[in-house]
Amino acid sequence: MSELWMGLIIGILFGALLQQGRVLRFEKQVGAMLLEDMTILKFMLSAILVGMVGIQLLASLGAIQLKIKATSVAANVAGGILFGGGWAIMGYCPGTSVGAVGEGRWHAVWAILGMLAGAALYAELYPAMKSNLLAWGSLGELTLPGILSTTPWAVVPALCLVYLALFVWLEKKGL
Amino acid sequence: MKNSPSYRPYLAGALVGVLAVLSVFATTKILGKPHYLGASTTFVRAAGLLESAVAPGHVENNAYFASKKVRVDWQFMLVLGIFLGALGASLADRSFKKESVPPIWKERFGSSPGLRALGAFFGGVVAMFGARMAGGCPSGHGLSGLMQLSVSGFIALTFFFGTGIVVAHLVYKKGNRHE
Repeated sequence: MSELWMGLIIGILFGALLQQGRVLRFEKQVGAMLLEDMTILKFMLSAILVGMVGIQLLASLGAIQLKIKATSVAANVAGGILFGGGWAIMGYCPGTSVGAVGEGRWHAVWAILGMLAGAALYAELYPAMKSNLLAWGSLGELTLPGILSTTPWAVVPALCLVYLALFVWLEKKGL
Repeated sequence: MKNSPSYRPYLAGALVGVLAVLSVFATTKILGKPHYLGASTTFVRAAGLLESAVAPGHVENNAYFASKKVRVDWQFMLVLGIFLGALGASLADRSFKKESVPPIWKERFGSSPGLRALGAFFGGVVAMFGARMAGGCPSGHGLSGLMQLSVSGFIALTFFFGTGIVVAHLVYKKGNRHE
């Protein structure tokens, strides 16, 4: 029971922050893809910057475990391409579609129905792809520090600088 | 949050970063295993639950549904929470707005809600198929993946945005978009 309640409470906070960041909107998502309004990139990278430092710190202290998604080059690339194409037309990602309906953008209901159909379709075709496409380039649970044979603390400061430099550049360009 | 609009995404984003860390820590302490932010697996479970209502045996025998355990779980509630949180926050600061066709879409394809519904639906089918193939969405691969310095996250997010940029330019910049 506490599993479900914790999910709900964290979700409510997540939804409120997504809404306050103004990233639930079609024009923000497509605006980023049109390179006209980088709100969602600023939001995502701010979350990633803060979260990265906190998660890596807790993991280094042994307080939490990472849950790395396996790298499968073909699946990551092909799936990434399909997702990007659908995302541009839909104007929402899975998490934001639900929040967008909450904000009154009810056309996102059609996006949600489409995504349910897409998930069902994937389940049907999964057995046929499992041993070929999905297995190509399967490299296991790779991390950046892992493939560079270094500690996370060599990578984290470097990425912080990259993200901060990007913020400065975006603000200079007025994006 | 009464900051000037330009600080909004940074501040709200940074707070999501704090929330992500707290979530992983609290779920580890209380539930015994870490839960990272994500959304797209919930669509698989929801589709499985809906299909179970008409063909339970079919869902049980499907390898993909079996691997994802079709049930209402932590992430399922997280996704419901996103709806409630966005509803509450938008009502609280009066930014709630009913919309059937978004502005950029209207400029390019006109104000037909039916056409927008069709686009949203088929975009959704393709995007979710891709997200499941890639193993996650901008939350799971993007936020949680990059926080954990996961290589699959960097690959997926690069292709999410890369393809999104190309397709958005082809779809919305072509032809008679008038501003």
